[in-house]
Amino acid sequence: MSAYLESNLAFSPRRVAAMMLRYWYLLRSSWPRLLDLMYWPLVQMITWGFIQYYVMENAGFFARAGGTFIGALLLWDILFRGQLGFSIAFLEEMWARNIGNLMMSPLRPAEFIAALMAMSIVRLAIGAVPVSLLAIAFFGFNLYGFGLALVAFFFNLILTSWAIGIFVSGLVLRNGLGAENFAWSIMFVFMPLACVYYPVTTLPVWLQPAAWLLPPTYVFEGMRALLIQNTFRPDLMLDALALNVVLFAGGVFGFLKLLQSARRHGALIQTGE
Amino acid sequence: MSPVMPALPAIAVERLVKIYKHIPAVDGVSFSIAPGTITGLLGGNGAGKTTTIAMIMGLTAPTSGRAVVWGAEMPRDRYRVLHRMNFESPYVEMPMRLTIRQNLTVFGMLYGVPDLAGRIAELGETLDLTDLLDRPTGKLSAGQKTRASLAKSLINSPDLLLLDEPTASLDPDTADWVRDRLERYCRDHHATVLLASHNMAEVERLCERVIIMKRGRIEDDDAPTRLLARYGRRTLEEVFLDVARGRDEMREAAQ
Repeated sequence: MSAYLESNLAFSPRRVAAMMLRYWYLLRSSWPRLLDLMYWPLVQMITWGFIQYYVMENAGFFARAGGTFIGALLLWDILFRGQLGFSIAFLEEMWARNIGNLMMSPLRPAEFIAALMAMSIVRLAIGAVPVSLLAIAFFGFNLYGFGLALVAFFFNLILTSWAIGIFVSGLVLRNGLGAENFAWSIMFVFMPLACVYYPVTTLPVWLQPAAWLLPPTYVFEGMRALLIQNTFRPDLMLDALALNVVLFAGGVFGFLKLLQSARRHGALIQTGE
Repeated sequence: MSPVMPALPAIAVERLVKIYKHIPAVDGVSFSIAPGTITGLLGGNGAGKTTTIAMIMGLTAPTSGRAVVWGAEMPRDRYRVLHRMNFESPYVEMPMRLTIRQNLTVFGMLYGVPDLAGRIAELGETLDLTDLLDRPTGKLSAGQKTRASLAKSLINSPDLLLLDEPTASLDPDTADWVRDRLERYCRDHHATVLLASHNMAEVERLCERVIIMKRGRIEDDDAPTRLLARYGRRTLEEVFLDVARGRDEMREAAQ
């Protein structure tokens, strides 16, 4: 391997830990940041929990489909919060005008990305675990009852969220904080097509192939199969994984290209709007 | 006896060009800087100092030409040398919610500093930050912030220090104090410094060589004493004004 590749691909867990420590210090120092991780998932869970109660009492089909709304909501939150957790950790560097310091340090892009991925899990755990426990207490919905299927759902959703988060971070790096809104809203573009709350067959036939291009579609279909038919569909999970590998590689490639472009345009030293 | 090899320059810049949307920010700049020296980069706003430094740091890619640091071409080979460099610039800040100690811990880990706690304590003492180490960076005064940034830029005991306006917005006493610490660091560590500044007194005191830039080009490059003699001026500020207002060109034309 050439010295160039060797120095660029070197990966240091110490530097990843340094970045995680930086975000942990930040979370610890700011209670609004901690609260923000929890309050919205909680509000959503309560709202959808009551809607679900209502339809279960009034519709035979939904009575059989017990838990699909809360289940969909909690899984959607993994997808949405995973991406948001990744992107916000990155945005913290932009807001703090710290990107120049990091890019000038020996921190490699892969280490930076690894730290952001790890922090997205930490943030997700802080927000989602208490809410999922409250879902058991309030509505008798036990997400952990999915068993091993939950691992497959989680892994696929978090991979998608990272792929999108990595790409969005590249966009912000290249275009400045003017592109910040993508971090907050991009996942909602996927929401109708990912068929979070309804089966793919609900979509017009011509739109269904587009839905099947998104890895989360397979996860939400898999969740409904598990809850309604009591069937775990490994084929859906493998299809999602294959698409995720492509999406993740695309996200990393896009990030590196946008980083290269930021370097060309002098955007790493001037990181304003 | 082995032949004496010429020392590798700390920085070698060759025909460096940076063009933003058809406007040249840096226009064919060449210079090299010997190890263990302090060089000032002077110039008015928009002269190309920050862009030149950004290309040397590998933060900005040149449109053409080369910026080489300790033999490593920037930004391509930057990871070969980044651990030996550091910088301070008004364009970047340290995370404000983190205390100075937390910031220095994070950067120390990024740079792989051995005995990090000891190094932080040492910097705290040298830069008079000991009592402030556990205060959030955002709650520091301008002078304290500059000292904290300086601590960050010295955390890895760099061989090459790039400083962009290190004493801007400081009162004269604090600025003088910071210059004193910088001078001491460079002397003790035989470090190389490239310093961009508007403060002529600072450049005159610290730098053994001055590169004056104007509209992306090098207008002059010499020792401060020789510049003063050549321009027939008593201070670098007067030399700077001559260059900035084009009096040198007028004088050359008259001759």
